[in-house]
Amino acid sequence: MTEEVSSPDMIAKPRLPRGVRLKYDETRNEWLLLAPERVIKTDAIAVEILKRCDGTATFAAIVDDLAQTFSADHTRVEADVRALLNELAAKRMMDL
Amino acid sequence: MTASPGSPGSPKKLGAPVALLAELTHRCPLGCPYCSNPLALDSREDELSTAEWTKVFSQAAKLGVLHAHLSGGEPASRQDLTDIVAHCANVGLYTNLITSGIGLTEARVKDLARAGLDHAQLSIQDSDAASADRIAGYKGAFARKQAVAEWITQAGLPLTINAVIHRANIFRTGDIVRLAVSLGGRRVEIAHTQYYGWGLVNRAALMPSRSEAEAAIAEVEALKKSLAGVIVIDHVIPDYHARYPKACMGGWGKRGLNVTPTGKVLPCHAAETIPGLVFWTVRERSIEDIWHNSPAFNAFRGEDWMREPCRSCPRKTIDYGGCRCQALALTGDAREADPVCHLSPDHAKITEIAAQSEDEGGAPHYRYRHMKLREPAD
Repeated sequence: MTEEVSSPDMIAKPRLPRGVRLKYDETRNEWLLLAPERVIKTDAIAVEILKRCDGTATFAAIVDDLAQTFSADHTRVEADVRALLNELAAKRMMDL
Repeated sequence: MTASPGSPGSPKKLGAPVALLAELTHRCPLGCPYCSNPLALDSREDELSTAEWTKVFSQAAKLGVLHAHLSGGEPASRQDLTDIVAHCANVGLYTNLITSGIGLTEARVKDLARAGLDHAQLSIQDSDAASADRIAGYKGAFARKQAVAEWITQAGLPLTINAVIHRANIFRTGDIVRLAVSLGGRRVEIAHTQYYGWGLVNRAALMPSRSEAEAAIAEVEALKKSLAGVIVIDHVIPDYHARYPKACMGGWGKRGLNVTPTGKVLPCHAAETIPGLVFWTVRERSIEDIWHNSPAFNAFRGEDWMREPCRSCPRKTIDYGGCRCQALALTGDAREADPVCHLSPDHAKITEIAAQSEDEGGAPHYRYRHMKLREPAD
């Protein structure tokens, strides 16, 4: 889909909607994203991204923060964040 | 982690269950002819108390259950529904209400949202009001559900619309998806009828023809693409027309538990139809004990129970031989391959039934689901 290339824009404030929860599961010792009828395993990178999707930080700010915190390549981080948010938005598990 | 005792012969690496489906009650104002409840419904006097249910949810959360599905019957028939939701939220369960909407009020929906409900799933019988009410056996149900959907979304709760598809509504499958969008659903479940319990009793009145099923499936698959990002469509396709069976319940005793209104714990809602299985109850055992050691849960775990053609089949770890209850219903033995599989020696039974299901026209005659009321004691 062509729209995936451009969205979300830099001023979008991504947020997990009600009904989608990030949870550390002590039985399985892992982070999980819980949604209606869905349990999604989340790796360490995804957890760091999702923790920052609080509805107040902009997409640009989240990317800046991650690139700085982990001394990572800004372009690479932006691509990772964009891919994850688009994937979740298509599943109605992220509000952009 | 505590080591699980495990009975001899039980699989060694048994993970924690993901979901617990609580049939809080079998009471329901609707009479849908495909209801997944058993033919012999539990009466109100025998239902678990609030305290018994909260104990079940505490134990489930501790064992590692993530999703609590509050179902029935109609869960709103229980006056303590909000208290149960609050408890589930307290112990960290993701709490999903599976409701017909009948029995909910705007105030009650707000209370449930405040109590920490994560998600609501509302059933719709059809996109046509008269047909929907006829299927439900309840006049005014369709109109009421529109209001309930609005209360749910206004309370800020994510909404899933659930529709069971069969001969009377299969022509409107696309309209049902569009109705779900207009009701504010983020997700819709389009589930072709499965023939257990009341569904099996009503199979002749419910089963669409193959061409009707194929047209509806194609329409929904196309809508999945065109409505991506608008609504998530979960599509349960009719297995009578399939080549391989479904991995029923994601494998027997692998993912979830069902608790009946009186506290019996089942690997799936239809498991009681299988003769000889012993079900343990939450009134006598803990959820953890039942998950690991209940004879009913261990009966079809692993592969030792399998016969040919399953035993030597490379797909046995994909579909686990299909559905045990369907194998029983159609072959008389729950250990046989699900006859949906084209490799099953009983597969002809499925094709025969599917071929018979030609629409004769006119409104189908249903045997509505109903509770046998107890006779007055005098």
